[in-house]
Amino acid sequence: MSLLDIRDLAVSYGGRPALRGISFTVEPEEVVALVGESGSGKSTTAHAITGLLPRGGTVDGGRILLGDADLASWSPRRLESVRGTRIGLVPQDPANSLNPVKTVGAQIGEVFRLHGRGDRRTVRRRVVELLARVGLPDPETRARQYPHELSGGMRQRVLIAIAIALEPELIIADEPTSALDVTVQRRVLDLIDDLRAEFGTAVLLVTHDLGVAAARSDRLVVMKDGLIEERGPTAAVVAAPGAAYTARLLDDAPALSARDFRTAGSDGRGPAIVVRDLVKEFTVGRHAFRAVDGVSFEVARGTTHALVGESGSGKTTTARMVARFADPASGTVEIPGAEPGRLFRRHVQLVYQNPYGSLDPRQSVAEIVEEPLRNFRLGDRAARRTRVAELLDRVALPAGTGTRRPRELSGGQRQRVAIARALAAGPEVLVLDEAVSALDVTVQAQILGLLEELQRDLGLTYLFISHDLAVVRQISHTVSVMSEGRIVESGTTREVFTGPRHPYTRELLAAIPEPVR
Amino acid sequence: MSGIRTGKLLAGKFHAGGLRLRTVGLRTVGLRTGRRRTGRPETGLVLAVLVIAVVVLWALVPGLFTAHDPIAGVPAEKLRAPDARHLFGTDAVGRDLFARVVHGSVHSLSGAFVAVTVGLLLGTLLGSLAGSAGGLLDDAIMRLVDVLLSVPGLLLALTVIILLGPGTVNVAIAVGVGSVAAFARLARSEVVRVRRTDYVEAAFGSGGRYPAVLWRHVLPNSLGPVVALAALQFGMAILAISTLGFLGYGAEPPTPEWGLLISEGRNYLATSWWLTTLPGAVVVAVVLAAGRISRSIGRGTE
Repeated sequence: MSLLDIRDLAVSYGGRPALRGISFTVEPEEVVALVGESGSGKSTTAHAITGLLPRGGTVDGGRILLGDADLASWSPRRLESVRGTRIGLVPQDPANSLNPVKTVGAQIGEVFRLHGRGDRRTVRRRVVELLARVGLPDPETRARQYPHELSGGMRQRVLIAIAIALEPELIIADEPTSALDVTVQRRVLDLIDDLRAEFGTAVLLVTHDLGVAAARSDRLVVMKDGLIEERGPTAAVVAAPGAAYTARLLDDAPALSARDFRTAGSDGRGPAIVVRDLVKEFTVGRHAFRAVDGVSFEVARGTTHALVGESGSGKTTTARMVARFADPASGTVEIPGAEPGRLFRRHVQLVYQNPYGSLDPRQSVAEIVEEPLRNFRLGDRAARRTRVAELLDRVALPAGTGTRRPRELSGGQRQRVAIARALAAGPEVLVLDEAVSALDVTVQAQILGLLEELQRDLGLTYLFISHDLAVVRQISHTVSVMSEGRIVESGTTREVFTGPRHPYTRELLAAIPEPVR
Repeated sequence: MSGIRTGKLLAGKFHAGGLRLRTVGLRTVGLRTGRRRTGRPETGLVLAVLVIAVVVLWALVPGLFTAHDPIAGVPAEKLRAPDARHLFGTDAVGRDLFARVVHGSVHSLSGAFVAVTVGLLLGTLLGSLAGSAGGLLDDAIMRLVDVLLSVPGLLLALTVIILLGPGTVNVAIAVGVGSVAAFARLARSEVVRVRRTDYVEAAFGSGGRYPAVLWRHVLPNSLGPVVALAALQFGMAILAISTLGFLGYGAEPPTPEWGLLISEGRNYLATSWWLTTLPGAVVVAVVLAAGRISRSIGRGTE
């Protein structure tokens, strides 16, 4: 008998269907990956199983069989007896999933207390054992610390400790590593694997990252628009996808698509960006902290240079100094051809990570794209209107988009609007700060394609900031790897990816999920 | 007295709420209800809008609602209890109380309107100046606002009246000055929040100059919660104006101003309950209705 058997599950939010009759099973000791893009219903499935649907969500039909109990028909109160004991949940966002005013130890201990397991002394002992088990050094100290004293990876380990505390039969991990750096991501996934081997727990891994799913699961369930597109053994699905949608997802996943490295010869026009010995310090309390520590690189005209590193490596700070949104403590950024003062912005533009935050919600798309033209007084009203239409067409947005508001657009469309705005004043250098990191793989592939096309047609130079090595491999000609404010290695993308010299680069590359099973 | 204090407290609470409001826009400022999905408006909100609509109509066309004269009394009919002919009864000189309440609404509403306008304009100006300039100017303005907040509202209003002299307009200005601090704090916190957003930085990145960015992006995105506070302050201003009228600083008798009505009725509290209770109930209804509408504007801007 299956451990978890979902039959014809249908869920809707206020009448709008989110799941339209899906069925799949999870066998004991098995890892099933539920993959799909945002809005596919994968997270809704996880929430429905744990009985934690957001307000307005209702189960309209179908059965959720855990062993021989049908959870779909259970009251919320009765479900409480299952959560923690038989199903453990690892939530998505380690930053917001822990109570900031309670110690880590108290939060793990809560699981035991809620289910009436053990007296205070046993609970305390078990908490320390668990923290050691999930690989936190010095567990006794950790138990007394508060969430803000731990890093993102450590918090995710604490959440895993809470999920496995009562040794449940099934762990549901909802995007457990999306918010983590690649190397941390790998360690957390390894931990989940180890625990599964040790306790024989089944894992339902909900993820948008096909790379992670392919590397870590026994079986894949591919979802789209609340329906299952395809399911089967992971190796078989990856090798020969049955549904066109799966094939496209696999194609678009940068980690899985084998592409040639981009190469570019020097065109003799000299570099577009020259950065020398850049230093930036921040004061934290009484201590000065060097976010960027002597960074130097050059970017040839018409090429893409990537700055890679994990959070806190100083890559975004460097990018902001190049775009003159921050001033360096020492060192220089030279951009040949750029004028000083406000006119600098005609030459260098920044595209932000979050397409939801970088567009004024009250402006229409046309107003947003027109803004640089108005600021620099480029053309009269009619000329500006023609130029806006041209730009929207350039980034492949449909003609009617101009009158719409950002909130009516999808993430990918918004990022296209942001790119159109950046192009409006005819810049030569674009600084792209994690510009595709917030997007689904398919959209990400489209935007990367657009960026490549624009570079070819307009001769743009990109400084591409990313933590995602798979994306960097695809888009960049040259790479600098940053760690703790310094560049530890740089070279052409081919050199860095095929023959990494620095141990940190090797660690980063090893952390890219590859299908191994 | 307690009316003004409560106003402060509510404004303070609202202010805290304003800090976490996210995407804000005047465009989205509308009367939204909690049951958005079913499309059915909430009963409380409908009632609130109805109350305000009726009172506004009283102010605009009082003749439609009552045929009685609000000023001239009929001595033979003095101190009658409410009945079909005199809905709210009559007062000591035989004037119809309902007619006085209806004709009085114009004083309370216009007073509240002036008060809110003074508070809104002055407060938003100070707040957005502080929020956008930062530094020394921010500190100076906000400490001034702190001083305003530390003086009890009624005391502040009385001080202003003593400076300006009594009268309907002066009372309205005095009440408005009392709400400047609340508006300034809310506007400042919103401007500071919006200034930190990516889209404001992107606007500078697009070559925008400071005043243009402020006008095009920062102000429109900051004003949603301020409008909600204005609706709340409208009710509070009516209460405050009535309080000052009650104390005798507002309109002169025989003007049928609401606070004055309640004050005059106090002498007959033991025998003629309707003289204080019914005008009081009208004031309470209007204040509650304004608060309810403010809440849904606030929710609409979330």
